[in-house]
Amino acid sequence: MKTAERLLGWIDARFPLTTVWREHLSEYYAPKNFNFWYYFGSLAMLVLVIQIVTGIFLTMNYKPDARFAFASVEYIMRDVDYGWLIRYMHSTGASMFFVVVYLHMMRGLLYGSYQKPRELIWILGMAIYLCLMAEAFFGYLLPWGQMSYWGAQVIVSLIDAISPPVALWVRGDYVIADATLNRFFAFHVIALPLVLALLVFLHIVALHQVGSNNPDGIEIKEKKDPQTGIPLDGIPFHPYYTVKDIMGVVGFLIVYFGIIFFSPEMGGYFLEENNFIPADPLKTPPHIAPVWYFTPFYAILRAIPQKQVGVIAMGVAVVIFFLLPWLDRGIVKSIRYRGTLYKTALGLFVAAFLVLGYMGTQDPNLWYVNPISRVCAVVYFGFFILMPLYSRLDKTKPVPERVTG
Amino acid sequence: MSEAQSDPGRRKFLVGATVVVGAAGVAAAATPFVLSMLPSARAKAAGAPVEVDISKVESGMMITQEWRGQPVWVINRTPEMLAQLAKNADLLRDPNSEDSSQPDYCKNINRATAKHPNLLVVVGICTHLGCSPVDKMKAGDSGGMGSDWPGGFFCPCHGSKYDMSGRVFKSMPAPLNLRIPPYTFMTDSRLLIGDDKKGA
Repeated sequence: MKTAERLLGWIDARFPLTTVWREHLSEYYAPKNFNFWYYFGSLAMLVLVIQIVTGIFLTMNYKPDARFAFASVEYIMRDVDYGWLIRYMHSTGASMFFVVVYLHMMRGLLYGSYQKPRELIWILGMAIYLCLMAEAFFGYLLPWGQMSYWGAQVIVSLIDAISPPVALWVRGDYVIADATLNRFFAFHVIALPLVLALLVFLHIVALHQVGSNNPDGIEIKEKKDPQTGIPLDGIPFHPYYTVKDIMGVVGFLIVYFGIIFFSPEMGGYFLEENNFIPADPLKTPPHIAPVWYFTPFYAILRAIPQKQVGVIAMGVAVVIFFLLPWLDRGIVKSIRYRGTLYKTALGLFVAAFLVLGYMGTQDPNLWYVNPISRVCAVVYFGFFILMPLYSRLDKTKPVPERVTG
Repeated sequence: MSEAQSDPGRRKFLVGATVVVGAAGVAAAATPFVLSMLPSARAKAAGAPVEVDISKVESGMMITQEWRGQPVWVINRTPEMLAQLAKNADLLRDPNSEDSSQPDYCKNINRATAKHPNLLVVVGICTHLGCSPVDKMKAGDSGGMGSDWPGGFFCPCHGSKYDMSGRVFKSMPAPLNLRIPPYTFMTDSRLLIGDDKKGA
């Protein structure tokens, strides 16, 4: 015991280990009324770790070469011991990452977590989301199946619609080719994971500067114990929330491995059927759609019958989230104390997002796909553009002094 | 150095000069990395013309040839298909191919050479977002395109439709007609795609 204490003292004299532990865990006070929605931040970190670890092991057998890539993935699936498990953990992890992140963002919308003073946390979080989209896009080319190839072709053509020389520079060839595969591999395994790790670190630093919001949307720092200076409604993150988050991890892993073992393709939503066919630059599969997490934006792109406008609308649909802290003029944060206007708007937005997501997976030739997508796109943008108006006019309820549990 | 001895004007100039030189250094250092991502000499050299034997392409048939990594279709259109082209004019976004890309000798209703008006040679890449449209050459409802379908091509990605000259219909996501590559006939049965220096 004496030795351990002396060792800790030796470290503390050279590195602020105990200070960091106290400031960010054992004496970091979080609101005591966190609910189910507060699992998804820590779960997103868990999935990031899973993706990095499984990714490292996949690179040991994967070959980023247009001639060998498809076969090397099949080799991992069939011949490498437990290769199937590691690959399914990675492919299911990609989809689960988006499930968790979308729920995490939904929490922000429900409880106004992006409002002052947490605007920077939201912006850093959105940067993480963009980075994640890029990471998923680059990763999806690597198996070099039909969907990999034509998905990349469509996305790079989006860049081509804005600036052809930039698209050429991204591809490194006149079409999606070996050069493209090789550089996407470099982005996927080195460049973006580094950026992602840095952004996650900054996201948490910014969070710990202002402290967490909570389901009541009130600041626990405003009511402190006069003697200790500890927020009356705060509890130390460790052990209370570390233990709670471990509960979330257990629940998550049950679902995650349930999918991996029983339905890793998830009926074509997590791994698309066409991606089991090697890439053929001469033939587009009869029905192509991106993986589910991109389909809401893809439906918006398709719904607009003008190329550049469609591309811009799709870009704006993602980027507009950054403006949320300034579009919301509401005087309360949490949905609990908002009025009918905001609740209706948020309900319509979530419905539009889900319907767009479904339409994005459907054949564009069906008569109802584009008309319904157009209506939903109007609702989607309306939620943001009209927000300064309805969030101000909304009849809010009085906010309590202390959290309500 | 005490504040009294320092010269704020000179210091500001030095900081500014250092920033400018530093920025120039960063730009210079970034240049080789950015340029390394452009197509390599090998990728540039791979764009040679290709020769195709078209003697076995019978009327109403289509073959696909790879050229510069892209599909090029060679279609031997039937007289009915050619007759339909003039009737499509009102339905098309760019019926006379004014804005679209093709060699001058193909800028006509057939989008083909005068000597071989039945042969359509076209890059099978949708002008919207680069998918390869599928063959719906048969007119009418048989391909699930509706009973008034005049025959042509359908892009599965975003639903753009083209006629039998690769001309895009109105209100489609694709802005332009399919691109016609430069090509020339070596003989009546041999086609060279990617080069037309010998004249059409």
